[in-house]
Amino acid sequence: MLSRVADSVYWMTRYIERAENVARFVDVNLHLMLDLPRDTEQQWEPLVRTTGDRELFEATYESYTASNVIRFLTFDSTYVNSIYGCAASARDNARSVREVISSEMWTQLNRFYLMVRTAAFGNQDFDYAPHEVFSQVKVAGHLFEGVMDATMSHGEAWHFGRMGRLLERADKTTRILDMKYFILLPDVSYVGTPYDNIQWAALLQSASALEMYRKKYGRISPRSVVEFLLLDMEFPRAVRHCLKVAEDSLRAITGTPSGSYANRAEQRLGRSCANLDFTSTEEILAIGVHEFLDRLQSEINEVGDAIFEAFFATEPTPTEAPRKPTEEDEDEDTGMQIQTQGA
Amino acid sequence: MRFDGYSLDGFFDELFEPDGTPRAGGELLVELLSRLPEGELLRRQAAAEQALLQLGITFTVTGDDEGTERIFPFDVIPRILSAADFATIERGLRQRIFALNEFVNDIYHDQKIVADGVIPEFVIRSAASYLPEIVGLEAPRDIWCHISGTDLVRDSDGTFYVLEDNLRTPSGVSYVLENRHVLKRTFPQVFTATNVRPVDDYPNRLLETLQHLAPDGVHSPTVVVLTPGRYNSAYFEHSFLARQMGVELVEGRDLVVIDGWVCMRTTKGLERVHVIYRRLNAEFLDPLVFRPDSVLGVPGLMDAYRAGRVALANAPGTGVADDKVIYAYVPEIVKYYTGQVATLPNVETFVCWEDDQRSYVLSHLEELVVKVANESGGYGMLVGPHSTQAEREEFARRIDADPRNYIAQPTVALSRAPVIVDGKLEGRHVDLRPFVLYGEDITVLPGGLTRVALKKGSLVVNSSQGGGSKDTWVLAN
Repeated sequence: MLSRVADSVYWMTRYIERAENVARFVDVNLHLMLDLPRDTEQQWEPLVRTTGDRELFEATYESYTASNVIRFLTFDSTYVNSIYGCAASARDNARSVREVISSEMWTQLNRFYLMVRTAAFGNQDFDYAPHEVFSQVKVAGHLFEGVMDATMSHGEAWHFGRMGRLLERADKTTRILDMKYFILLPDVSYVGTPYDNIQWAALLQSASALEMYRKKYGRISPRSVVEFLLLDMEFPRAVRHCLKVAEDSLRAITGTPSGSYANRAEQRLGRSCANLDFTSTEEILAIGVHEFLDRLQSEINEVGDAIFEAFFATEPTPTEAPRKPTEEDEDEDTGMQIQTQGA
Repeated sequence: MRFDGYSLDGFFDELFEPDGTPRAGGELLVELLSRLPEGELLRRQAAAEQALLQLGITFTVTGDDEGTERIFPFDVIPRILSAADFATIERGLRQRIFALNEFVNDIYHDQKIVADGVIPEFVIRSAASYLPEIVGLEAPRDIWCHISGTDLVRDSDGTFYVLEDNLRTPSGVSYVLENRHVLKRTFPQVFTATNVRPVDDYPNRLLETLQHLAPDGVHSPTVVVLTPGRYNSAYFEHSFLARQMGVELVEGRDLVVIDGWVCMRTTKGLERVHVIYRRLNAEFLDPLVFRPDSVLGVPGLMDAYRAGRVALANAPGTGVADDKVIYAYVPEIVKYYTGQVATLPNVETFVCWEDDQRSYVLSHLEELVVKVANESGGYGMLVGPHSTQAEREEFARRIDADPRNYIAQPTVALSRAPVIVDGKLEGRHVDLRPFVLYGEDITVLPGGLTRVALKKGSLVVNSSQGGGSKDTWVLAN
């Protein structure tokens, strides 16, 4: 298939998944803030940190108030990774591949975009019922995935779409987990108290993981949450599961048997999968969850670069192309930047 | 819905005889429309519009940064063409397209028609769409005008005239197919009983026409549709035709010329392309040959074309026949290349570069329609009877300043057809754009785009000027 078409399908699903996850982030933070003791300060800056786009935020907004951060992440039409920005980019990509996707997918995506646009620019008082909009965004994401699975042939284009969605989801699950690192408890003494547990539960909830987690582990413990969201093989938002399915799609596209690689994308993704297969939760905790997540995000970004290079690049890219983590990335206060189309 | 109060106002009506009885072939439709319960026709109209919207048959409104898409206004009452009328159209268009193809081939080669004094050389050279870069180039199989959509109008006595030739990248055929799709659902019984000729095999025939152009020795040619991109107002049609033919829809940036061959960039590497149905104006095709600022085209494409390694449909250069001054010469052109009188007459046309014709035009602006020679889409027109004094003075100035660029025609009393307006039926002016394919043979699609001027009394049917469309039913014998 055409490289441009593959690129558009891949980014269409990535942007839809991204919109859905931004809704998850903001929603979890709203919950967390409501659960904090009354006199503690609201924390909205961590939310922007997890996106790695603090500079963009600070260029437009003065302070990290709830309404500024929510506006930035949801309806800021100048911010490409806001829910609105993602919906618009997804639709734009879909429009250019109308002959490849099914009419049902187009209709569903259109409906999603119009819903977000109405929420963003309509007269309704958003501050009044934010949860409702976020749950609509999540439902729209699920619907699109279902419609795509049920109405589009599971051929090459579909695999590009699924690969995009799962890489994005893997990245976002790492960032949801990372929020716990950024959001501070009011006091060290809160560690291990009900507040701490409430935060972990809210975090699981935002990944739609709470019920499935409970079935498997019952009680909430930080160790098990980390294990579940990173290493679980069956939960569809767990990073290991996401990367494995993404790898399946990648190999369906290229036809390369597993255990070997024919391009850098297969090599990088295969290595990340193997790494998760053979890493224990204890090792992750020993490295430090945040440090481990940072490294994982950087690996996922490299896979993204390698996919671009192997399938979409219209001109051969110089070998320097993969983005090396800069010092700033390693600064523990800064989140790893989110990739965007045409990087 | 009744036809009570529907009046012909002295115009030729596509559905009714002057005495108010239905024309042959229209009886069933009129009978159905007359006995539909109150509100039912409107309900069917609404359902048809909804179906078009859901099918995504939309065009992009230019200049709207939200990228709003609208449906092309559509009226559910079909326009019916008798077998005899269509036979005339078919004969006339085959003759005309054959002659125009010969003409384009001739003027880019020996210009015999100029040497024989039929058409002055300067008229050709001064046509904005004449491409000197094409001189001497061979078109594969000597076919230049593979796909055309000629605009026909009918005057008060029912005679068909050619109003405009469209040999560049005529659009609208997707509406013909989709309108039909929707109308079959809207009037299933009438449709079955009326014996309408099908239009659905157009994409197949188009593909055959394109495959016919493949370079020698290529047995299963790769055909693509080249679009300017998703912001083009006809993008839906480009995407539709690619989907219907089962070929790739490409943009200029998807193509690259390597070692003299045109290739498309795929996820599995480069793949050769043999035939390009280009929906991009010739000037944008290759920045190395035509407009250097074009980012929509493919550098080196014309070299590959010249070497016979890729075919382009339509061939670059055909636009010269769309020039409205050259249009005035088409009856002579038909006679010159076929030895026959044109079956479909032109609308009488005055060319302003000739002094006596210009002075006639300038003194009769109130009665005439003045057009710019190289514009299409209904832009840059003066409709004399509907114009103001100031507009006429402005056009007189423009004609004096650049007479070669203007032609004038008498106002044709375009035929009308019934249209639903505010829940009632009223007559509106229509034209007809049949689509002609030139492959191994020249074929005319038995149907066509009937465009309607939805504004009361308006004679301008272009979609950019508030026009809509109707399904066109060509009756079988």
